[in-house]
Amino acid sequence: MFGSTEMEINLGPQHPSTHGVLRLVLKLDGERILDVKPVVGYLHRGCEKLGEDRSYPQAIVYTDRMDYVAAFSENLVYVETIERLLGVEVPPRAQYMRVVLAELQRIASHLLWLGTHALDIGAMSVFLYCFREREQILDLFEAYCGARLTYNGVRIGGMPEDFPEGWADEARRFCDVFPSRLDEYHKLLTTNRIWLARTEGIGVLAGDVALDYGVSGPCLRASGVDYDIRRAIPYSAYPELEFDVPLGSKGDTYDRYLVRMEEMRQSRRIVLQALAKLPDGEIRGKVPRRIRPPKGELYHCNEGPRGELGVYMVSDGTETAYRCRFRSPCFVNLQALPELSRGHLVADIVALIGTIDIVLGCVDR
Amino acid sequence: MSPDTLKYVVVPLIQIVVVLNVMLLAVAYLVLLERKVIAFMQVRLGPRRVGPRGLLQPIADILKLFIKEDITPARADRMVFFLAPVMIVVPAVAAFAVIPFSGKPFTVFGTEVPPWITDVNVGLLYLLAITSLGVYGVVMAGWASNSKYPLLGSLRSAAQMVSYEVPLGLSVVSILILSGTASMVKIVEAQAAQGVWFLFWRPYPQVVGLFLYFVSALAETNRAPFDLPEAETELVAGFHTEYSGMRFALFFLAEYMNMILAGCIVTILFLGGWLPVTFGVLPAGPLSTFLFGATLTGLFWFLLKVFLVLYAYLWIRATFPRYRYDQLMRLGWKWLIPLALLHVVITAIAALPRG
Repeated sequence: MFGSTEMEINLGPQHPSTHGVLRLVLKLDGERILDVKPVVGYLHRGCEKLGEDRSYPQAIVYTDRMDYVAAFSENLVYVETIERLLGVEVPPRAQYMRVVLAELQRIASHLLWLGTHALDIGAMSVFLYCFREREQILDLFEAYCGARLTYNGVRIGGMPEDFPEGWADEARRFCDVFPSRLDEYHKLLTTNRIWLARTEGIGVLAGDVALDYGVSGPCLRASGVDYDIRRAIPYSAYPELEFDVPLGSKGDTYDRYLVRMEEMRQSRRIVLQALAKLPDGEIRGKVPRRIRPPKGELYHCNEGPRGELGVYMVSDGTETAYRCRFRSPCFVNLQALPELSRGHLVADIVALIGTIDIVLGCVDR
Repeated sequence: MSPDTLKYVVVPLIQIVVVLNVMLLAVAYLVLLERKVIAFMQVRLGPRRVGPRGLLQPIADILKLFIKEDITPARADRMVFFLAPVMIVVPAVAAFAVIPFSGKPFTVFGTEVPPWITDVNVGLLYLLAITSLGVYGVVMAGWASNSKYPLLGSLRSAAQMVSYEVPLGLSVVSILILSGTASMVKIVEAQAAQGVWFLFWRPYPQVVGLFLYFVSALAETNRAPFDLPEAETELVAGFHTEYSGMRFALFFLAEYMNMILAGCIVTILFLGGWLPVTFGVLPAGPLSTFLFGATLTGLFWFLLKVFLVLYAYLWIRATFPRYRYDQLMRLGWKWLIPLALLHVVITAIAALPRG
């Protein structure tokens, strides 16, 4: 153990800051990181295989279990893929409802990220403040579909239920309070010297390197690459809504932090717009009783809170998919971790796990 | 019993027992205070199940720790593993021997009992010396556990404590200049004689000194934002990862003892010890003395100030993120030590006219 200068350390799979059951094999020289090897698969539950085993509507519940922090986004991308395979029209009201819920989900997911990221770096209180706001969003989801984490909140061709009475006002009330809360977080962290010291220049990811790794979402945009699927390949009601795509310049942990903070503000803007524009009418489109998409294959992706959430689906014309593959942004982004952490100190590794914002359910599927 | 036996054996023994037990209880309730204060800062309620308003929570915690299994890792160095927590607690407790809690002696059954265990003329040096011994316990704990995380934690901790000892010691030098004595009691008496707390000393208020001492003490006691040795998110629990049950509790005890101790020292050196808050502003009021009696008045002000210092500790913990190891070292060596040296020089120049 003390003979050589290199030391190998196992971080996880049971470790408070790996956000689940990620295992990292660290090769250290003192406190300096020489190499990191992520070992994944501890939370593998065969979601893709289940997607090939169950009928299309039945498999929606399994998408909840992948990225359990942003279950609605997973629901949505899966259902939209089937709708595109089927060629079903989704009524506008349902589209807008989806946008409202997806953006609330993005805020909730980013809040969880901010809280745990700050907690990893030692700012304990921010964690609980974030949970206070996240709680309000979960309450909204609970009022909408009865579940707080695994919503199963989308149906093929539309939505299962309309918003309950007063729900939109409740959501607006949240949107009214939220900016002041965001300002509080900025006050606590953004100009805090210690926070700056811990995040600025840590884990710099250049734009082209990020693209090489296939990194997507806020991590990519913090590196200055303007790629947001809501803009690039518009889906649902996004083309009719106004929002900015925040970009970073340096691609360090601090930039990723700022990008996500601004994204929350933009999401709130989208929620308010979508609620104001919410059209009347049906919430379910015309869907055949038995869902048997015609033979064919399709890749469809959404902008999830963590990046490009994609589904590649092959239909053989029966009631179950022939192949159902999920492109998980967490898994792909995690690849960049060794690149990010080489040469930094052990203490930075927790900041870096936090900054790429992984959910192990999403990594392992 | 001869008067000498009474004065030099019986009274100190009783004092030691009283101070030790009060401190143990204070530690228990400091933990509760910390949990409550931080809970309220974090829009939570904190412990409130055990006893009225959670007031018996510390007792329950202690009981739990007592009945926990005491594990020694299979390949640990048993002797050192056993000694480490002792090495860390003993200095923390022993340091309280020179802390004066109030000014005037009590009279109990016709015997004068001073509100301090002993008043040695090198009190401050004794404190610096004995508190630095705690590092040994940390290093021993990390080494004896024969495990990687504790080793990393203890190395960090040792480096940190040794580094911050320097600005800590330097920040105290200015107080020695101003008071002309190293006795803890005489330092407060010097403040009484000069009619001002050293914090507000003119022409050069010791604000920088207080800042230096407080920051260094935060690092010495491994508290946030310098709590790297036990950075939960990085090193699990730092040097005491492999300890459980009562031995773990001893580390815990030492940490909080050291917090209280730092609060006491700050109070004595900078905040006028047992002198009332209104000291130097209003004439000594008969009202407070009338209410508590002279000794108890001193004790009241002393404890109030210690409480405020400890509250600042908790406040800081709830607010700041954690420094990284190298940043902590840089702060200590490149900023605090030069600042401390400068501070000593300025204080010395400012104190020149008084000879």
